[in-house]
Amino acid sequence: MTAHTRIFVLVWIALMVLLGLTLTASFLPLGAFKPVANIGIGFAKAVLIFWFFMHLREVSGLVRLAAVAGVLSIVLMIALISSDYLTRL
Amino acid sequence: MSDQPAVHSPYLEAAQQREADFLGMYIFLATEIMLFGGFLAAVYVVRVLHPQEASETAQQLNLWLGSFNTAVLLTSSLSMALAVQLSREAKRRAVVIRLCLTMALGLAFLTIKGVEYYQEYREGLMPFSGGLNPLSKPGEQLFFNFYLVGTSLHALHLMIGIALVSVLAWRVARSETPLPRRAVTVELVGLYWHLIDVVWVFIYPIFYLAR
Repeated sequence: MTAHTRIFVLVWIALMVLLGLTLTASFLPLGAFKPVANIGIGFAKAVLIFWFFMHLREVSGLVRLAAVAGVLSIVLMIALISSDYLTRL
Repeated sequence: MSDQPAVHSPYLEAAQQREADFLGMYIFLATEIMLFGGFLAAVYVVRVLHPQEASETAQQLNLWLGSFNTAVLLTSSLSMALAVQLSREAKRRAVVIRLCLTMALGLAFLTIKGVEYYQEYREGLMPFSGGLNPLSKPGEQLFFNFYLVGTSLHALHLMIGIALVSVLAWRVARSETPLPRRAVTVELVGLYWHLIDVVWVFIYPIFYLAR
């Protein structure tokens, strides 16, 4: 097994562990924290996939910037949406 | 034939051309992220406005098939990542095997999704499935329809991904995409495949785990 293969298999194992965690968390009585935990684990999985499987660790800063631009826009949009819906009484 | 990629105008060197290839692909993927991200933001609003209904509808979804499908898709990404690595090492036969495995896992995902849709149709959850729809409240139907549109839009992307990977496997097998000279083609198809995986990584908690 080459070094690259080993890294990919380790990332896959980490992804499976995170899947197990998020599934377990969905059964725990976490209340309002549950979606936060599940989406947080989703982001952790996405970071692993982007960084290792999608080669972000080996490309230039410019490409990394392009990769996060879409994500950042969506995060900003959801933050602005939240400032409306979560503050309504 | 050289192992180095052919450098086309306006690029001066292979590394510069490769960076442009990646940049272009990532900008395209950003538009895909915006498409699914905007959609999932709307689902977020539905969940905030109708927390009870969303939770009750999520309990009607098949959590175990959905979770298993997540594992299938994550494994297909591993297979794709290995194919990309092997394509850089010019191991043609091994690349074709990994690409075929990726495709098979993608088809397995679609089959399981089809079984889920059929179950939901039988239970009367789907629009137009007749009979007594168990989802009586407007918020419940809204959440289910969002689930249906989100997962089918994802499935459509996966079908495109499977078509791309199958053409790629065929071309690599016939040396029409010579490796490692054209390894960038495998890399970029890989990026698309992994993005479909990332989209599912968010669809899964937002719908299935909204219990």
